Amino acid sequence: MALQSLVNQARVALPASFFPSLLHKDPNGRCCSSAPIPRITSHYTIYSRDKDPRWEGVDMQRFVDEADVVIVGGGPAGLSAAIRLKQLANRHEKELRVCVVEKASQIGAHTLSGACLEPSALEELFPDWKERGAPLNTPVMEDRFAILTEKYRIPVPMLPGLPMNNHGNYIVRLGHLVRWLGEQAEELGVELYPGYAAAEVLFNEDGSVKGIATNDVGIAKDGSPKDVFERGMELHAKVTLFGEGCHGHLAKQLYKQFNLREGCEPQTYAIGLKEVGLDYTNPYLSPFREFQRWKHHPSISPILEGGSRIAYGARALNEGGFQSVPKLTFPGGALIGCSPGFMNVPKIKGTHTAMKSGMLAAEAIFSKLTDENLQSETTGLHVPEYEQNLKKSWIWKELHAVRNIRPSFHSYLGLYGGMLYTGVFYWILRGKEPWTLKHCGLDSAQLKPAKQCTPIEYPKPDGKISFDLLSSVALSGTNHEHDQPAHLTLKDDGVPVACNLATYDGPEQRFCPAGVYEFIPLESGEGMRLQINAQNCVHCKTCDIKDPSQNINWVVPEGSGGPAYNGM
Amino acid sequence: MTARVLVGVKRVIDYAVKIRVKPDNTGVVTDGVKHSMNPFCEIAVEEAVRLKEKKLVQEVVAVSCGPQQVQETIRTALAMGADRGIHVEVSGKDYDSLGPLQVSKILAALAKKEEASLIILGKQAIDDDCNQTGQMTAALLDWPQGTFASELVIEGDKVKVVREIDGGLETIKLNMPVVVTADLRLNTPRYATLPNIMKAKKKKIANMKPGDLGVDMTSRVEVLRVDEPPQRQAGVKVESVEDLVSKLKEAGRI
Repeated sequence: MALQSLVNQARVALPASFFPSLLHKDPNGRCCSSAPIPRITSHYTIYSRDKDPRWEGVDMQRFVDEADVVIVGGGPAGLSAAIRLKQLANRHEKELRVCVVEKASQIGAHTLSGACLEPSALEELFPDWKERGAPLNTPVMEDRFAILTEKYRIPVPMLPGLPMNNHGNYIVRLGHLVRWLGEQAEELGVELYPGYAAAEVLFNEDGSVKGIATNDVGIAKDGSPKDVFERGMELHAKVTLFGEGCHGHLAKQLYKQFNLREGCEPQTYAIGLKEVGLDYTNPYLSPFREFQRWKHHPSISPILEGGSRIAYGARALNEGGFQSVPKLTFPGGALIGCSPGFMNVPKIKGTHTAMKSGMLAAEAIFSKLTDENLQSETTGLHVPEYEQNLKKSWIWKELHAVRNIRPSFHSYLGLYGGMLYTGVFYWILRGKEPWTLKHCGLDSAQLKPAKQCTPIEYPKPDGKISFDLLSSVALSGTNHEHDQPAHLTLKDDGVPVACNLATYDGPEQRFCPAGVYEFIPLESGEGMRLQINAQNCVHCKTCDIKDPSQNINWVVPEGSGGPAYNGM
Repeated sequence: MTARVLVGVKRVIDYAVKIRVKPDNTGVVTDGVKHSMNPFCEIAVEEAVRLKEKKLVQEVVAVSCGPQQVQETIRTALAMGADRGIHVEVSGKDYDSLGPLQVSKILAALAKKEEASLIILGKQAIDDDCNQTGQMTAALLDWPQGTFASELVIEGDKVKVVREIDGGLETIKLNMPVVVTADLRLNTPRYATLPNIMKAKKKKIANMKPGDLGVDMTSRVEVLRVDEPPQRQAGVKVESVEDLVSKLKEAGRI
């Protein structure tokens, strides 16, 4: 199948109806009329198959199976939840069917983190983690914190009690730790299904979540069914846990469906390359090239000299903290891990809180499932106890204490204002001040129009410490079946050129760390079009987050596509 | 109706992964690296399953040689439609030096043990590109072979194979039992979908060791060194034909 796709570079002949003419208004109210726009998106989430004549007569029935709990996402949160559920079930001698679906081809292949792990949650999950061989091999010896100017380095004292202090923590290859968690989970009887992505949330008639459906396979690039087309299957459960990591695509749907973000601030993000905050305003900024530039700083490059680049990857991470946590439960399911987002930003750690959230969810669900007097209003169980317990746990105390540190950097006093605030209110007062500062709003709304900003001249990569984008992407091992609809779907195919390019000079060609988005001249010679190189995608979710028109909707591609990280 | 088809499947590093040579130059890094079924083996499994669906064979048995992890590869074959699996355990030094000679001896022994009348293999593996196992297996069994098959048709007790050769396509007829190796255009393999993976858990995988089959695992080949291909040097652009000729003369080429 893989070789087939390499050889058969299918050129699909698109009928004239694929080139709609568009007359519409852009966000500034100006009418943009355009010449025929080449059709970019063919995914069935945008163009429904019900009315598509190519799908007439195709059997759309799905195989159905039942479990007690289904977990979407085999990362630290999902696996911790699965393990905790089975630990409780075994201890109380109850039968519990727990299934984990994971889009990566193997557990850990889509895991990426700078990972300095605080082992607190792991200790709670497996007090004997050392004996079991958990790959925590590098304890932190020393911390160094500094501000980098263009050429110099101003060291900042690492006082004990500051959140950045890492005594007792370990540098880990999170992908390997996740793989180890997967092995522990399987030993306990969890059913792990890597290579199968949850593509759709299923609902009962009473509106509660019924479970998920995995992705269909065998759809061609133009959206038509191939010979090998097969429907995904439905996995039903009493409770479904969503642990898709930062900015999950099913979570995005659930926020709307159950109005979970009412009353909390919008999430703000960074991209881990590591780290460039995504609330930047200059559309000419390229996070990848900033990272390359950073490596050449006089205090950084000596550490890297003589080394060779063996891997590359990128992932968005959430930085909203306390203020941006949504409602966590809804009838039939709950959100765990970085999906709702429990990262302690100044500490730059979210793994321990993600794991703990998974464990708390498991404990609350187990109590409910084994309660003989349970009377549920809905077929899918609602477990509000999870959210209540989380708010009484150390996750909440921790996030509450550091909640004002990041927003304090956004005042007009900038970097030094933030440091001053942190010094006084966190280090001395431990975050007990009665007020809660706000963030600046959605990351996607922060970009200023291109004509108000200056293009940034980035230095050329030297091939030893800094590198070009495409050779880096090749190292991520990312690949997708090429003959499938692009999973980076556009709600409106005309918007990228009419709005993003026109107003913001096409920031997607810069913020994507995998070179997925390219603006290339139209064959006719006049104007540009957006080309989506979906095969390069490393599933970081930055485009879905930072697109100023919020027109890009990342959906899950065929399972087992994506990066092949090894211990990243 | 032919009773049994034996299909060999190999677990190899996924084709899209960037290969890295180990620092000690003894091989490539495999620990934690994404692996999958050799693409030509997928095509072989697909062909066998199609024969079963056409009711031309009764049973499809998937075989793999290697350490514990190859069970995943056998499970994928079971999910595609094979009936049962055989895992021949080879690990450590034996696995490092495992090559077509040992595998073909194992397959030959299994073919006799299982009374198979058709063996379908991938034409070659994408990690070593040996293109030898099918041919050696046929020689050891003294069976006819149809290699580089782009079409396979069973006609009674004979097999018609269309082979992809340098000059074009060659059609041959072979008397069963036969060994066939699959080439790219033989078919498009189906996906191993989740319900089938779940069902495959109930199918049996038998474990055995090469010793149980009386196979000697000593390798006749010793790998001395593995190196990365040399970095591609930048070329030189020339403006005119005279330039080109003088440059070639300078380099002593003409």
